[in-house]
Amino acid sequence: MPFWKNVLLNGKTNSNYKFVFQNLKTKTHMSANTENSKPKNSDTKATAPLVAYCQELFDDLDFKAVKAWKEEKPGRKAIGYMPVYVPREIIHAAGMLPVGIMGGGDQLEVIHGDAYYQSYICRIPRSTIELGVTGRLDVLDGMLFPSICDVIRNLSGMWKMMFKDKYVRYFDVPQNYEDEIGGKFYIHEMQQLRDDLGKLGGHEISDDDLLNSIAVYNENRKAVEELYEFRAKHPWKAPSTEVYLLVRAGMVLPVEDHTILIRDYLKAADLEERPVRDNCRVVVSGVFCEQPPFNMIKSIEMAGCYIVDDDFMLVTRWLLEDVATTGDPLENLSKAFLHHSNETAAKYEPDVENKGVYLIDSVRNNNAEGIIFAGPSFCDPALLDRPMLQNALAAQDIPYTSFEYAENSGQMQPIREQAGTFADSIKLWSVAA
Amino acid sequence: MPKKAPPTAIKEESMEIQKKMIAENFRQLYDAPKTGQKVVSTFVPGNLNELLMCFDFARNLPEINALQNGMRKKTGRMIMEAERAGHSEDVCTYVKADLGMMAQGNIGPTGEVLPTPDLLLLSYTGCFTFMKWFELVREQYKCETAMLHVPYQGDGVITKNMRDYVVKQLKQEIIPTLERVSGVKFDIDRLREYLRQSAKAEEDLVWVLQSAKNKPSPIDAYFGGVYYVGPIFSSFRGSEGAATYYEMLRQEVEERLRQGKGPITPEGEMPEEKYRLVVEGPPNWTHFREFWKMFYEEGAVVVASSYTKVGGVYDFGFRHDPDNPLETLADYCLGCYTNLNLPHRADMLAQYVEEYEADGLLINSIKSCNSFSAGQLLLLREVEKRTGKPGAFIETDLVDPRYFSAANVKNRLESYFQMIKQKREGSVALGVAA
Ligand code: SF4
Ligand code: SF4
Repeated sequence: MPFWKNVLLNGKTNSNYKFVFQNLKTKTHMSANTENSKPKNSDTKATAPLVAYCQELFDDLDFKAVKAWKEEKPGRKAIGYMPVYVPREIIHAAGMLPVGIMGGGDQLEVIHGDAYYQSYICRIPRSTIELGVTGRLDVLDGMLFPSICDVIRNLSGMWKMMFKDKYVRYFDVPQNYEDEIGGKFYIHEMQQLRDDLGKLGGHEISDDDLLNSIAVYNENRKAVEELYEFRAKHPWKAPSTEVYLLVRAGMVLPVEDHTILIRDYLKAADLEERPVRDNCRVVVSGVFCEQPPFNMIKSIEMAGCYIVDDDFMLVTRWLLEDVATTGDPLENLSKAFLHHSNETAAKYEPDVENKGVYLIDSVRNNNAEGIIFAGPSFCDPALLDRPMLQNALAAQDIPYTSFEYAENSGQMQPIREQAGTFADSIKLWSVAA
Repeated sequence: MPKKAPPTAIKEESMEIQKKMIAENFRQLYDAPKTGQKVVSTFVPGNLNELLMCFDFARNLPEINALQNGMRKKTGRMIMEAERAGHSEDVCTYVKADLGMMAQGNIGPTGEVLPTPDLLLLSYTGCFTFMKWFELVREQYKCETAMLHVPYQGDGVITKNMRDYVVKQLKQEIIPTLERVSGVKFDIDRLREYLRQSAKAEEDLVWVLQSAKNKPSPIDAYFGGVYYVGPIFSSFRGSEGAATYYEMLRQEVEERLRQGKGPITPEGEMPEEKYRLVVEGPPNWTHFREFWKMFYEEGAVVVASSYTKVGGVYDFGFRHDPDNPLETLADYCLGCYTNLNLPHRADMLAQYVEEYEADGLLINSIKSCNSFSAGQLLLLREVEKRTGKPGAFIETDLVDPRYFSAANVKNRLESYFQMIKQKREGSVALGVAA
């Protein structure tokens, strides 16, 4: 029985679920080529069930999808990871489910978590602790804490102290990008993870397992990229609220299913006709760790902005090129990380001239008209990086606006107003020009 | 009633020497454009001072500038300047104080213009913010840069992979860059000699810090401690001057111990030791004297602190080893306090409470510093649980005067001392009853 049988909350089945289920089951073959399938008639409902399904996964703070996956075969294991990047291929190759833990959002009532953190620390660690102490993460057999900042780094130690029976690892990545130096270090760190997970899973992870997982993730990255390209091309057809939910679904779904889901969505979205608005096109930057409330994404769109690129859940788009599927798998993953990975505040930029270039490229490649810097309050990486990025943009006359959020911010009116004013001013500029 | 004249600070000879050393270092920096001496800017935790000395660099440490400016009450304006230039209120104030100082003409703490460095060397230990700080400073100076990535001790151990990684960076990237920028060829024997001096100084420093195990403690290991670690954490580790300073400091403390004296405070000797505390977290610099006074007025002595380990943990046996010069630099960088994982930090603090027979753990949580602060509430509970001693938590900032609320801190401290007293009386009463 497929694992998603029990996915929906409260054990209910409904039409959304069936639709998605059928699609997932039958449309494996239609992976690529969304462009070829031109809309025959306008089906305004085509994407709705898929989006509803993703919304349910998003709303599910009990990780029922993960539980269902584990229950399907006894002995299955799931490994959680926090932002910003871990090589999920290794978890997958161990036969385990990688689960992205993105905090508690604005629906989780944080009761215990606040007792662990002072007011001047961002929200994501406290809601993650809340998820942990309320047993919601019991479904996980281990947790990885990537090298992103001191808060997540220290959370790894807290996890070790609080959840002693679980596998907990701080996963370091190199800030030195030479194959011989940073690469060797990184391969060793990955090997350690491979050995650990091999032990946890009761069997060694072979090179073939890894190469196979790399191929599976290459495909997923391709699908996510197709989704981003599709949105950048037709932002009215793939609203960012939907794109967000789709990518977010990849935090809990098996990667193979996620790939199908995205491609199903692309097909459905292409068939659907939606009104084109006179929105301006923006890139959203700084949202790579603590996630903003879903309403913030909605508010940006409602304020007249099409988001055409962003840095949400970078783990799905971290590696910018296909990873080689022959040869030494860890070396391949290392090379991809060192030479073809995304930029973010958590990574060192060795060349001062390159600081912010990725953002300028994103503006150019996606025909964006401006940038919205949205950073979590108290986030040193995002907020300290911001002025440097802004300087780089200013030198290119690219307009931007900035604000801070917390995952549980309730009041969206100021953000809507700010984004609205920004959109208006961009329109004015473009008229003037 | 005539107003009491403000007390003049009482200083021991070692303190005078230290003052001179610091003044000389600033002199060297200010004069560098004239003398042609090459200047390197680098951070405190995991600094490679001995190595930099091998290339005759003058060493500029932005954190030291920030704290010195903080003590001179200049950082408030600097931070506002950085915020005006677009920096968030939420981020590390050391960074903003430094950037604000640069924006105001880069005038150093003692009033002269700091030179543009010839090299920015980021040794990235125990804190991610350093990486951003470094990138921000680099944007302004646009000078030659080098970066040493020091991995974090996630599992509480230094692995071979970590050490190899650091050593390789030293050999293949850092040393060649230092050679190129300075024009001086690397001489490993020179490095060995400096490391020998370091180890000597470290031995004496540890003796001084551990003298606080005595009752009364002859030192305050936090407020006094920050002076004691000054030379070894900054531009002097490895120098003969530092070794001499620590020798002298040790003799002074030995003498105090012989005489059964308590620590020296800015207002003289502390008459009675009533409370013995372990403190976690950096101090506040903008109100340093006022803060200290809240302790010594109540007879509270800090017998051990984690802050005095931020630029190197020496009291568990590590010494710079001249026989393995690059490996020892790696181990030093990897072993700084904030590069230890939280369970390790909890072990250390609990051990301090026990070995130094402290009344409990006080955490001074710094708003700016996620590296120290994230997780401290759990640390507090853990240490309380393990030692059975009550803990307390206060919140201040390093150099942002807006976050030092004297009344709040004082209140908290007073109730903490009260709690310790009650606990003691309670246990005495219990003892009697038993
Ligand atoms: S939101 Fe920022 S500060 Fe908080 S955990 Fe994430 S990267 Fe770190
Ligand atoms: S966050 Fe803390 S350790 Fe890092 S630079 Fe700021 S004060 Fe120093």
